[in-house]
Amino acid sequence: MDLAFTKEEQAFRDEVRQFFRDNVPPDTRRKLVEGRPLSKDEMLTWWRILNKKGWGVSHWPKEYGGTGWTSVQQFIFTEELQSYPAHPPLAFGVGMVGPVIYTFGNDEQKKKYLPRIANVDDWWCQGFSEPGSGSDLASLKTKAERKGDKWIINGQKTWTTLAQHADMIFCLCRTDPSSKKQMGISFIVCSIKSKGVTVRPIQTIDGGTEVNEVFFDDVEVPYDNLIGEENKGWDYAKFLLGHERTGLARVGLSKERLRRIRDLASKIESGGKPLIQDAAFREKLAGCEIELKALELTQLRVVADEGKHGKGKPNPASSVLKIKGSQIQQTTTELLMEVIGPLAAPYDVHGHDASNEAMDWIAQIAPSYFNNRKVSIYGGSDEIQRNIIAKAVLGL
Amino acid sequence: MDFDLNEEQRLLKESIDGLLTDSYDFEQRKKYMAEKGGWSKTVWLKLAEQGLLGLPFSEADGGFGGGGVETMIVMEALGKALVLEPYLATVVIGGGFLRHAGTDAQKAAHVPGIINGSKTLAFAQLEKNSRYDLFDVTTTAKKKGDGWVIDGEKFVVLNGENADTLIVTARTKGDRRDKAGTGVFLVPANVKGVAKKSYPTQDGLHAADITLTGVEVGPHAVLGNPEDSLALIERVVDEARIALCAEAVGLMDESLKTTVDYIKTRKQFGVAIGSFQSLQHRASDMFVAAEQARSMSMFATMANDFEDARERANAVAAAKVQIGKSLKFVGQQSIQLHGGIGMTMEAKIGHYFKRLTMIENTFGDTDYHQCRVADAGALI
Repeated sequence: MDLAFTKEEQAFRDEVRQFFRDNVPPDTRRKLVEGRPLSKDEMLTWWRILNKKGWGVSHWPKEYGGTGWTSVQQFIFTEELQSYPAHPPLAFGVGMVGPVIYTFGNDEQKKKYLPRIANVDDWWCQGFSEPGSGSDLASLKTKAERKGDKWIINGQKTWTTLAQHADMIFCLCRTDPSSKKQMGISFIVCSIKSKGVTVRPIQTIDGGTEVNEVFFDDVEVPYDNLIGEENKGWDYAKFLLGHERTGLARVGLSKERLRRIRDLASKIESGGKPLIQDAAFREKLAGCEIELKALELTQLRVVADEGKHGKGKPNPASSVLKIKGSQIQQTTTELLMEVIGPLAAPYDVHGHDASNEAMDWIAQIAPSYFNNRKVSIYGGSDEIQRNIIAKAVLGL
Repeated sequence: MDFDLNEEQRLLKESIDGLLTDSYDFEQRKKYMAEKGGWSKTVWLKLAEQGLLGLPFSEADGGFGGGGVETMIVMEALGKALVLEPYLATVVIGGGFLRHAGTDAQKAAHVPGIINGSKTLAFAQLEKNSRYDLFDVTTTAKKKGDGWVIDGEKFVVLNGENADTLIVTARTKGDRRDKAGTGVFLVPANVKGVAKKSYPTQDGLHAADITLTGVEVGPHAVLGNPEDSLALIERVVDEARIALCAEAVGLMDESLKTTVDYIKTRKQFGVAIGSFQSLQHRASDMFVAAEQARSMSMFATMANDFEDARERANAVAAAKVQIGKSLKFVGQQSIQLHGGIGMTMEAKIGHYFKRLTMIENTFGDTDYHQCRVADAGALI
């Protein structure tokens, strides 16, 4: 047992950190620090810088453009990226559909899609959830009917993140209505520009519109857009969701937020002195830091285990990551709210006081708090995670 | 970065787990508790035979040169079996003082007896009003000739009843809460002026309140610098805290296992109560709490080797906070999920809860350590 990083791993950390310092556009970084949304161009610019360096799809197998890093290196990269902060790669392409395609797709699909995913020439979004299918995803109704060499898709997807920027969508569609619910589902990819696809934004409680409804009305897609085998889509979806589990801990992101909280609390006054001198506040902050330290160690245990024994057998501790990771992310946004106190209120910041530039970023704190309620809902809600632990780990 | 045990450590774990499986089930434990002093000399000698009492001592001192990970393995196993024997008091704390500050003569006088199981120790540190501050000492040690005279009262001294030697903190200089001026003394338990009032503790261990009245010891009783040993005390107590974290992890593992087994078999409304989602989710939360505790126990174990004492102290404090929060949740919910039977002395789960609860209040509770982390500045 040895919890220290090796010299090589430390050197790797320095290299990664230096790359971010030299290459993340300063405006992009500032927006991320302040919790403001990036424009599509800002994201694309950064992802292409990352891809040019060869780090766009770092965790993919080498033959598809990955780096061949160890699990620990991959962990360090992600942590440094979140903590700098730099914008993470587009999860829907790099983290989700990419691994499904290189694992289950045919050679032609790999050649066609993978390089474009890596460079984000195609922006991918995810068509899983439906209005009637949230946690019970396998009850989904959107159907794809085979007609000659085409699929005809009808139905509705929802919570489709950043579909407004997307070129492609990967969907779970019911292709065999007669079989049991998990069995008749296929994994089909579709151009979002296809005739019959309508994207409609949903305004969320933070005031933003990062998620959308996507409607399919007799949308025709080539039969070859089926990934893997017909009616095996549920297996691929499970594979995909398992693939991202460790990423959802977001330790680096929470570290960055905690630094920011400490920084802000040293500047903002309460009772005539900096808030950080308030014992009750400081203890709350320390409590959150300790939880995060524990989570970081738990994640490292999972990472080290994967490095040693492969990803085949999931470490029971990995189930902890999503639950605790979400909780801590939410706590950090709560603490930020507490730091700014009454200044959290203005919604239309420019209407409130356009002359005060500082208000511009303060105005992002309440939206970020509201927005972060989603993290314990998506990717398998907290309650679903507990079901998983109860069944898979405790045998209940 | 490696969390796996090496071959030797795996063997150590197998050996102690094997020993305790054979000789420390809940019924056997009741018998040991009824023995004189409240623990089993036979089990203690078995631990000695397997080399476990000599584990952390250097080979030069007759030990096995084990490090933090080895102690973690042993303490987890002792926790899992709810062991009564004074390993913490004798090997971890007593042994810790001797390892870090003992002269060759002091080690020669005490270490062989610890290793072969013939002698036990106790740490007489806590005072009526000192609570968790290690520097808060009113017991005095005054120079007399080339030796010392010790006067004062110590409370809840674990293994104080049985120990052959007491390790006593006493002030040689300054006022009650001064950071400087505290020394550490080896005091034979049977020496004139030592009066003990013994009692069982909530968790089935034994402790004593000890009054020292004009206790005279020689010059060789001093461990370290008699006028400035706070750093030594903090070092050894940090090792005790780390050991307690590991013990708590073992206790939580067994509590969770026992509780999950129980809700799988206990039937109400015609079904196993473990089929109810509210209970499943509670059990999952207990698992999460126990895993977070395990991570921090490992962190604390590693932190013991940090060169910077402040960094070490901060890491250990953080671990004690996580352990404290986790053990409270796991302990309380274990009772809750057991229902009425969890309230009885007959069921083993309550005894795990009681030991966990006492661990939280030993060498600093959750609030105390959270304050320390908050005052130390950023942990992240």
